[in-house]
Amino acid sequence: MSSSLESLYQEVIMDHSRTPHNHGLREGGSAESHQLNPTCGDEVTLRIHSQGDTITSLSWEGHGCAISQASASLLSDVIVDLDRAAVQERIDAFRELMRSKGTLEGDEELLGDAVVLGGVSRYIARVKCAMLAWVALEDALAKSPAA
Amino acid sequence: MTVTDASSLASGAESAPLTLAEVDRMRADFPILDETVNGHPLAYLDSGATSQRPLQVLDAERDYLLHRNSAVHRGAHTLAAEATESFEGARARVADFVGARENEIVWTSNATEAINLVAYAFSNASLGRGAPASSRFVLGPGDEIVTTEGEHHANLIPWQELAARTGATLRVIPIDDDGQLQMVAAEEIIGSRTRILAFTHVSNVTGVINPVERLVALAHAVGALVLLDACQSAPHRPLDLGALGVDFAVFSAHKMLGPTGIGVLYGRGELLDAMPPFLTGGSMITTVTLEKAEYLPAPQRFEAGTQRVSQVIAFGAAVDYLSQVGMQRVHDWEAALGQRLVEGLESIPGITVLGPGPGVERAGLASFVVEGVHAHDVGQYLDDLGIAVRVGHHCAQPLHRRFGVTASTRASAYLYNTPAEVDAFLEGVRGVTAFFGVVPTQYPQGSQL
Repeated sequence: MSSSLESLYQEVIMDHSRTPHNHGLREGGSAESHQLNPTCGDEVTLRIHSQGDTITSLSWEGHGCAISQASASLLSDVIVDLDRAAVQERIDAFRELMRSKGTLEGDEELLGDAVVLGGVSRYIARVKCAMLAWVALEDALAKSPAA
Repeated sequence: MTVTDASSLASGAESAPLTLAEVDRMRADFPILDETVNGHPLAYLDSGATSQRPLQVLDAERDYLLHRNSAVHRGAHTLAAEATESFEGARARVADFVGARENEIVWTSNATEAINLVAYAFSNASLGRGAPASSRFVLGPGDEIVTTEGEHHANLIPWQELAARTGATLRVIPIDDDGQLQMVAAEEIIGSRTRILAFTHVSNVTGVINPVERLVALAHAVGALVLLDACQSAPHRPLDLGALGVDFAVFSAHKMLGPTGIGVLYGRGELLDAMPPFLTGGSMITTVTLEKAEYLPAPQRFEAGTQRVSQVIAFGAAVDYLSQVGMQRVHDWEAALGQRLVEGLESIPGITVLGPGPGVERAGLASFVVEGVHAHDVGQYLDDLGIAVRVGHHCAQPLHRRFGVTASTRASAYLYNTPAEVDAFLEGVRGVTAFFGVVPTQYPQGSQL
């Protein structure tokens, strides 16, 4: 097995895909987005939970490949008690990482464990898988009324 | 013509089965098969999506462009005459390849456009656009269009849209747990209201071969027309559309050693001549005034605008290549690869094959699900080993839904694939469950998801 495949499917990613965090939509929430990748059928529905101007947490459900599901799980660990600008900053940082074709390490301060998804950026066909939940968050954020 | 002689090929008249030695020689005509991918020799098992092209096909296109390139069906100069002759010569060879007459072969962009052409001809006839003879294409409320649950989206959505435009009803013949059409249901659904029956010859997902003669008999008994999707049959088995008795058929060059951008609509001559056009404009008319136009007979009636001349000529070389090998031998070689695929897959714990199990006739392809591992991840693992397969819904979402899954992995073979490539693929699949750390439970053979 090649080392690049092992860097794509790191243990952290496999763990998140097998036992995802914040999985299952919780009651309440200020906005929701459903995203589908029609080429492979990956799906994520993501809900924003907020108090005032603070995004307190995310909840989500979905099905699909290991990358798409692990990415949603990792994202949900990143977005805890952040204001809208901080959330957008993390989405932007993740998108930059995904577009880097393996040239960036990823900012661990901003993205936490989600930097392990950096290896995906070398596989252009899989970037959409990793972006799915983050696009859902961006969409939900746009729908969410600013306090 | 200075096309490379396919000297490595035995004559198609030869009835002896294709041998591994012949296939190995043939592979020299397909240099791409010698590529290294991720450090491994490429095992290309995605010909169901698009096939590779031999040097003879590439050379035919290049030879045309170097020596005869010109506009067809117009112009009085020598090159224009030679281009027209080559273009129409290719039509004659493709027609011969599928048991049709030249005037029954219409060039389209692809099979999808060919199906849309028929659907829009029905639509246009229903709007009163067409000669009195086109009345059999008129649809309205109470009329029924019939297709099946096992279709590629290209043979489903155009009919959904046609039904919506005309007020006709779309009905669907279900498939059973093995992917076979439920013929009892087919007999009930195909009735006096049926105007057109559209179905695939060979499923691009399950490899099931549908009973064309029985379905044609059912449709013709009630006066309905039949459209056959031959995208997965024309490249892989002898095909005689005239003998099958279908009214329309579609197939695509790039799945049968030819270029992209060229497909075929076959239609029985009298039907094509009665059908109103779909795309209109230059090259398809006789007399034009500012108010209206009169149209050429088929096939030119359906070939508006500048044609894909070099692609058509390359397609002619592709069917020449296949004919030289012999389509029965192609079929037999691939049928053996298909059985090897399905037998190997069924023996691996945690794998479920969509469609018929070992021993049942199938095309040289198999789609399958790995318990606990998404198809995209299966494909990624195999790609790391240089094995090219298709992952996803293969443009057949309703069929996947029938099997309770959203995606599968498909390995599809062609005449240039070897048993060793199938074995390398099977070895790769065995590694998938270990790599992704899932503990599979053995499905009993023949069980469903």
